[in-house]
Amino acid sequence: MTTPADLVCKDLTKDFDKFRAVDRVSFEVPQGSFFSILGPSGCGKTTLLRMIAGFQFPTSGDLLIKGKSMIDVGPSKRPVSMVFQHLALFPMMNIGKNVGFGLRQRGVPAAEIKTRVGRVLERVGLPGIEDRQVDQLSGGQKQRVAIARCMVLEPDVLLLDEPLGALDLKLREHMKIELKSLQAEFNTTFVYITHDQSEALVMSDNIAVMNKGRFDQIGTAKELYYEPANAFVAGFVGDANKFSGKITARDGQTVSLVTDGGVTLHAQAVQAVPEIGARAQIFVRPEAIALSKTAPANSPNASARVVDSVLFNGANSMVLLRDPQSGELLQVTLPQTGAFLGLAKGDTVYASWEPAQARCFAAEAA
Amino acid sequence: MIPTIPQTKLLKWSYRAYVTLFFVYLALPLTVVSVFAFNNSVFPSLPWEGFTMAWFFGTEAPFIGVFNERSIMRAIGTSAFVAVWVAGLAVFVGTCNAFLFVRHDFRGKGFLYILMLLPLIIPGVILGISILVFASSVANTLEDNTEMWFDALRPGLVLVILGQFSFITTFATLVISARLQKFDTSLEEAALNLGATKWGAVRQITLPFLLPAIMGAGVVAVLMSFENFNTTLMLVGSDSPLTITMFDKLKHGSTPVLNAVSLLLMIVSAGLGLLALLFQRGKD
Amino acid sequence: MTDKSKLGFYLLLMPLLLWLITLIILPHIGLFMVSISEKIGVRQYETGLGNYAVFFNEPLYWRTFARTAFMSIFTTVLTLVLGFPVAYYIAKLTRGRTKTTLFLMCLIPFWVSELVRTFGWMILLRETGVLSNFLQYTGVIGGPVEFLYNDGAIMVGLVYTSILFMIVPLVTTLDSLDDSLIEAGYDLGGSGYSIMREIVIPHAMPGIVSGCIVVFMLSLGNYLTPILLGGKDSLWFTGLIYTQFITRFNWELGSAFGFLLLALSSTIVFLGLKLSRQSLSDTMGR
Repeated sequence: MTTPADLVCKDLTKDFDKFRAVDRVSFEVPQGSFFSILGPSGCGKTTLLRMIAGFQFPTSGDLLIKGKSMIDVGPSKRPVSMVFQHLALFPMMNIGKNVGFGLRQRGVPAAEIKTRVGRVLERVGLPGIEDRQVDQLSGGQKQRVAIARCMVLEPDVLLLDEPLGALDLKLREHMKIELKSLQAEFNTTFVYITHDQSEALVMSDNIAVMNKGRFDQIGTAKELYYEPANAFVAGFVGDANKFSGKITARDGQTVSLVTDGGVTLHAQAVQAVPEIGARAQIFVRPEAIALSKTAPANSPNASARVVDSVLFNGANSMVLLRDPQSGELLQVTLPQTGAFLGLAKGDTVYASWEPAQARCFAAEAA
Repeated sequence: MIPTIPQTKLLKWSYRAYVTLFFVYLALPLTVVSVFAFNNSVFPSLPWEGFTMAWFFGTEAPFIGVFNERSIMRAIGTSAFVAVWVAGLAVFVGTCNAFLFVRHDFRGKGFLYILMLLPLIIPGVILGISILVFASSVANTLEDNTEMWFDALRPGLVLVILGQFSFITTFATLVISARLQKFDTSLEEAALNLGATKWGAVRQITLPFLLPAIMGAGVVAVLMSFENFNTTLMLVGSDSPLTITMFDKLKHGSTPVLNAVSLLLMIVSAGLGLLALLFQRGKD
Repeated sequence: MTDKSKLGFYLLLMPLLLWLITLIILPHIGLFMVSISEKIGVRQYETGLGNYAVFFNEPLYWRTFARTAFMSIFTTVLTLVLGFPVAYYIAKLTRGRTKTTLFLMCLIPFWVSELVRTFGWMILLRETGVLSNFLQYTGVIGGPVEFLYNDGAIMVGLVYTSILFMIVPLVTTLDSLDDSLIEAGYDLGGSGYSIMREIVIPHAMPGIVSGCIVVFMLSLGNYLTPILLGGKDSLWFTGLIYTQFITRFNWELGSAFGFLLLALSSTIVFLGLKLSRQSLSDTMGR
């Protein structure tokens, strides 16, 4: 790379009294990109973010912003700003005072503060609201003010700690798009943490999936979705049907597995091919499964299944199919072609998928 | 500032030192009072003459222990008598007030609420003299017109009880209202729906829910009554409660018997205070 | 409202009215009436402001009044300055069990009678007391020194007696301050001082006001501490009221004094609430 990345973490580790919250995490975030850290609650992502902001002190490892180590720099001196989970807008100040807070701390002259605050509020689409109080704003407006309060300081990196968590669903969908366009508008590096995979998938240039203090995989949304590195990523990113069982045969990358219910399935193992007899898991995306009313010819994963229930949800409608032999459920996206609209509970259909569209991973050591 | 903000070691330690010093300041007077209760000397001061329990159980002058000092035992009895009456009255009126302010909307509610809070900001001495003046003038008027005696309205235990009741009721009201506000009225509605009468629902559902707050308020009332001085001073007659008795003894020079009483008081009030907290803990 | 619930309402209203009218309103009206009556003979009175004139014409009286007011204000400021760091420590720097323990340690001394606490200070400060002996022992002073019976002793006692009423509301309001607001302040480049001034103190304002009001009132109306720690010449206004009522039996003048003290404390409370834009119900009705 020609220019140093905006944010570099090298083997960053944080130990608490009893457990390791962040375990030797390394990554780089190039200038102007949107980087998300995705993981379930308790995976250590908040600790990681707070170390970048300076509110937690790493046990070991290094943290560089624009090539300079931040380890000995206090939170008020770092060129990063943070949008807090509940935004942390100061209720004792009006909007203008809130956005101007950081500039006042830096001793910027009052007249300049006024113009810069006005300009940044314009850029987030809220011109002229300086005199309003925090509780007079809607949820989405507060969100934008919180971002403006950080962006007015022109930070190198903006950290966002699940800021959409408190919003209702509709607003959340809207804010996802808005955040992405704000990031493009400011061309600032965003580091965003969330447990909601759809937020991460929609907005990010790069996503790191975090689990138990480690990064399991870093990649684009597409890579995570189609090429998951391990069973955790495959299960956490996107919907997937999951089957556990024993490997019975292997042919190059294609493996055969007998599920605990006794059904034989075929899938592809990309990373490491598990040994015969080893326990493994197979993941199949609901939209990768084809439905047909007659038995499909020479498809290795085809089987006749009974409709358990139809979950109608417009374009995202699903059907749950039960294997008559093992009782295992399979979730399948209902095709929008209309051919299966009449599907009802108790009907029998054939489900099939190409082994290349299913992933097999050695079972996680639980 | 807060644990997540890095601080210099010096600042952290000097802050801790200050807080420690503060707690020493808090503990100091109570500690010396307790320690000198066991000094084998007729003055509660240095030098230390050795350990004795005489100030609790002694029977021979000058070492007459608390439990054998008639005036102090009588004063404790008087205080207890007053405290029980005050607590009973304050809790009863406080509970009524809580229901009134939480459950009812009426004209002048805001005004009455402010009026209810007023005893908090009236100095105790003023509360005492105003009741003294008013009771005496009522007594004078009545005696002039009926030629009977109205001793209850002259300084004495009745006035002491009324005086303490007049401001302790505000505390009781606040404590019980806070609890009643948290009450989910649908519980009462469910009881009505299941066939209970209005009073039955209150008695079987709401009052048990309020019980921790009522008990807590009662304990706090006893505590406040026991240690009240300012209001009581103005209204006291010949039977004086403990604080007044101790004050008189203190003015005329003290023996460690006062330390012994104080230590007992400390133990009892700390116990009562913890009890009140336990009752409040049951709130959540 | 049905007739039955109307009856219930009046039954609930009765004790409240009875309490407020007979024990609060009428006595204070009575106090005022007595304060404006002048004795002209045996059981003969006429209405006039003579008692108030006595107060303003006798320097001892109004000076004592002013002295009491100033020392109470000073106590309030001192209590705030000393108590705030402790309250902040308890609210923001401790967690869980430590927090409960420290808070309890603050509370316990105040469940004990004020008389006992003052007695403790007397033992510490008097000529033969612990402090004097300690300083002689360490060689700081040559002979016994009387630390009692001066304004310093009164201040120590007053601050001690009232500091809890400052700390409790402060801890409550500081506790409700979200840590992330302080973090956001730092993150945006604030210093400890500017965050204190712009975020913490504005947030704690309701607690500061209610603490100050209560402490001021308690100091102004205190009798025990100034008399016992300040001695005969403590010149505390409640002492004058006591003298007029109990020793001199001049209830008319005593009532006037009482009314002046009430007016002063009400004015300060009112001003405090107005200046900080708080209401009595929010501040006191915790």
